[in-house]
Formats: sequence, structure tokens, C-alpha cells
Amino acid sequence: MTAIACSGLRIELRDRVLLDNIDFAVRRGELIGIVGANGAGKSTLFKALIGLLAPTAGQITLAGQALRTFAPERRARLLAYLAQGHVAHWPLSVRETVALGRLPHGPGDRNTAAIDDALEAADLSHLAGRNVLSLSGGERARTMLARALAVGPAVLLADEPLAALDPAHQLRIMALLRAQAGAGMAVGVVLHDLPLAARFCTRLVLLHEGRMLATGTPAEVLSDTMLTQAFGICAARFQLEGSELPLPWQLTPQAPQRRSTM
Amino acid sequence: MTCRLAPPALFGLLLSLAASSLFTGYVDMSPQHLLHGALSGEPIPQRILIDIRLPRTILCLAVGSALGLTGAAMQGLLRNPLAEPGLLGVSGGAALGAVLALYTGFADTFYLALPLAGFTGTAIAIGVVFALAGRRTGTTTLILAGVAVSSLCGALISLVLNWSPNPTALSEIVFWMLGSLADRSSHDVELALPFIALGALLLLGCGRGLRALTLGEETAHSLGVDLARLRVRVLIGSALAVGAAVSVSGSIGFIGLVAPHLMRPLAGGDPARLLPLSALAGAALLTAADLAVRLLHNTGPELKLGVLTALVGAPFFLALILRTRQEAA
Repeated sequence: MTAIACSGLRIELRDRVLLDNIDFAVRRGELIGIVGANGAGKSTLFKALIGLLAPTAGQITLAGQALRTFAPERRARLLAYLAQGHVAHWPLSVRETVALGRLPHGPGDRNTAAIDDALEAADLSHLAGRNVLSLSGGERARTMLARALAVGPAVLLADEPLAALDPAHQLRIMALLRAQAGAGMAVGVVLHDLPLAARFCTRLVLLHEGRMLATGTPAEVLSDTMLTQAFGICAARFQLEGSELPLPWQLTPQAPQRRSTM
Repeated sequence: MTCRLAPPALFGLLLSLAASSLFTGYVDMSPQHLLHGALSGEPIPQRILIDIRLPRTILCLAVGSALGLTGAAMQGLLRNPLAEPGLLGVSGGAALGAVLALYTGFADTFYLALPLAGFTGTAIAIGVVFALAGRRTGTTTLILAGVAVSSLCGALISLVLNWSPNPTALSEIVFWMLGSLADRSSHDVELALPFIALGALLLLGCGRGLRALTLGEETAHSLGVDLARLRVRVLIGSALAVGAAVSVSGSIGFIGLVAPHLMRPLAGGDPARLLPLSALAGAALLTAADLAVRLLHNTGPELKLGVLTALVGAPFFLALILRTRQEAA
């Protein structure tokens, strides 16, 4: 069952086309990875899908219904979003931060089990009383993910949940997202780590300069041709447990030089 | 993290401060005598208690809570512990309106002309901030527009002082700007209280939105918070509460900054719980300051309330920052 989908999606901002002609859907039980170079439009796509950016053209549907027809709180109950950067401005406790996920359920919500489950799933129960500003980067990333899980959504969109995390935390978060998909959630995740994307995601979407370059299984999307075209890189490949994992190895020699901004 | 005893303790403190405020003044009369006299209809105790001290006390509570509450709401909206009611031009507009009324003589035309002018000034300043920042722009634009409007109000006040026709007018304007709640009547209460109450209601209803904003604007949006509406609500609530407060009291600094800072540890950092706590703390601080003004009075003119809050507030705030930095280190 399709949980969230867009067709012919086009986003313009001040006459600049950020996304054009994007068609893709996330079904329940799927973990879809969105990959692409910096500036390819991955975060823009998620911002459009949560209704933060209005499409210039095209349709977005959530649970089969046009996104723009949703009341904000109803949309928020179905669709959780984990923003980049894991921002927290005030010294709330971990539990209170996770409890923010229950906000869309209204002031009468008494579902403390959802908060407990989210804390448990992210292995945070022992940190529940800690000040969120005093956590390490990995703990904070897990707190923010637990906050999104506490919503109890049908769809979860996570924008670079692995940024700046150590390998153990990266594995933990990916395993957690995979488990959520396994339990019936539709999960979309923006990733830069290609081996992890190939290992954990059921399908991948490759964006390049605001357009969809490829979509399909990790093996189809992360082919040599696609990697050269989208990133200008070649990958070393290795086989593990039946899947082929691409390890970014060197810049493609004939690729047009990317000018550094440094 | 949160102290459940804080609200009742604060409330108790507030009640005792209010009672002290009612029974402290320049006429030496015991509380029993005053209360008994006022209740049995004796003209002098009645005049002292009902006509002079009661309005002053009510205004202390109302203005203090308006400043504290607005400070907390602004800090929550802008996610900046340095935000205060003056930041978005709210108090600057009120001061300019009142100063213009004093300068042109409009203030003397009828009884409530001065506060009305202050209030109009706030409304215009907020209108301009809105027009500059627009409904759909971000927080930074809002702050920049507020700073620009505040500066313009400051410059225009200086211009009025510059052109002041005579020293009497000049001193009248300056004294008003220093901020005071002396010699206010029940008419001032009637003018300010409804607007402060309405503004406070609007602000107290922003708790959920401000709490969601803890995690940034994108996450707040994804949690179903309408950010444009939240911004408008905080701005209008602040304009009503602080506009009315400054109109009757003149400029009173630091309460809006210090009250949320004092209460943040008790609120466990939660911007929603911080709102009512800061209102209580603001009321307590201003009532205590006004009480101090009366107790410190010896001879000559009374120390202005705004001067005292700034004199005590600034070093106090500095100490608070230093302590927080030490704790963080």
C-alpha cells in the first residue's frame, strides 16, 4: 500500500528550479534511500513532502489523499519528519523531548506507552532524565529519532540521520529504521553512505541536479554509470552476504572537474 | 528537573508582596487601622488604600506579569535567551507615542490621553514591523525589522527631546520615560488591565507551539504547528500586553529579560511551562522593586521604578550569565 507518493513534482524558488518531474512512492514496509550529490535536491524533496515547500506543479499524496487537503495536525499524526542537524534549543529532558512527538495528538493525549516504546526502541530508557543538551552527538541523534517514532506515524522521513555519527551509531540507526519498516512503517531516508544504503535500503532513488536519475534496487541504482554521472566517482565493489556493496574509491578521471568553493 | 512547589511558592510570595505593597507608603498608619478604616468607610484610610495604593499594587502585578510573560514568549518564539519585549519595537513604539503626546500637549487634553497615545504608538510600530517582515518570512527578518523600528523610535524620541520647547516639557518627558507607577489611579487600571489580560490570554495559549519550536522551525511544522499563525499570535499578544503596560508605567527595563531567566531552571527548560512562571516572577519582581522604591524614599523626589529595575537588573543579569557560564563549563 502506497503511504506517500509524488508525481510530476516540480519545486521552484525565486525562478530557480530545485526539483523537476519527480515521481516516486514509498509503500508500507519499505525503507527507501534517497541518494545524490550535495545540492541534488534531496532535502528539498523531503521539505516538499512534509508540506513545507509548495509544489509549482505536480501532486503529493499521503495515504491516497492530496497532501494540501490535510489539516496540519492530521498530517502530522500520519507523517513524521526527522530534520537535519538534530536541533534542540532549550534544556528539556530526553523524555520530554521524545514526548514532543505526541504533540499532534492533541492536549488530551495520554499515550505514555508510545513514549516508553520510542525510548526503548532507541535504547534511551536509561537516559530518559538527562538534559538533551548534555548528550553526545550519537545520543542526541537517537533522541531525535525516538521523538519522530513517538508520533506513531505511518510514514517517517529522515533527513541525513547518520550525519556526524560514529560507525556504531550509524549501524544502530539504520537497523532501527529497517526494523520500523519491517513493522509496517513507510520509511524514507536521505543518506550519503553508499555501502549502508546498499545494505539496508529496499529501494533507492538517485537524484541529480533536481531530477530523478534512477530508481530501483540498490544494485541497479548504484551502477558504475550512475555513480559516474551523479557523483563523478568510481567505486570498488565487494560482496557480502549476497549483496554487492559499492565503496567510493576515486574520482572518475574523465569526470568534469568540480570546482572547490574552499 | 522541575520543581512542583515553584508555582504555589511563587504565588505565596506574590500575595505577601502585594499585601506589603498595600500597607507600605508615605502615611504612617498601621495596617489594622488602614484596613478597618477603609472597610468602615472613613474617608482618609479609604482614599489611601482604595484610591492610591490599590491601583498602584494592581498595576505593579499587571505590568510586571505582562513584561515577564512577554519576555518568555519572545524568547520562546525567537529561541534566544536574550530576547525581551523591547526587541520587536513594542516598547519603543509605546514610548514614542507617549513622548509625542507630552510634546504636543495632547497628553493634557483629557485624562487617559497619555496611555492612549502610548498604545497607539505600539500598534503602529508593530504594524510597521509586520509590513517590513511580512507574514511568511523567517525569524531573523522579524528580529531585524524589530531592531530597525526600535532604533527609529529611539531616534524620533531624541528628535522630540531635541526640539522640546522648554525645560519643563523636557523634564516631564524624561521623567515619564524613566518609568514609574506612582500616583496612578483606578482609571489607569481600567485602561491597561483589559488589554494586558487579553494579551496574556493570547500568549498563554502559545505554549504548545513554542514547545514544538524547541526542535526548530521545520520540526515544529512537521508536528502540525502553523508557524505563521504562531508568530502573529505572539506579536499581537505582546503588543497588547506590553503596549498597555508601558502606556501606564513608562519604560521599565530588565523585568522581561530577567524573569524568564530566573524561572527557566524551574520550568525544566520547557518554554510552555515558562510562560505562567515568568508572568508570576515578573509580577513579583516589579512589586518588590516598587516596594523598594517606597521604602528607600527619604527626602526629595521618589526614585523612579524604571531606574531601580535597571540599576538592580543589569548587575543581577550579569551575575546570572556568569553563573550559567560556570555551570556550563
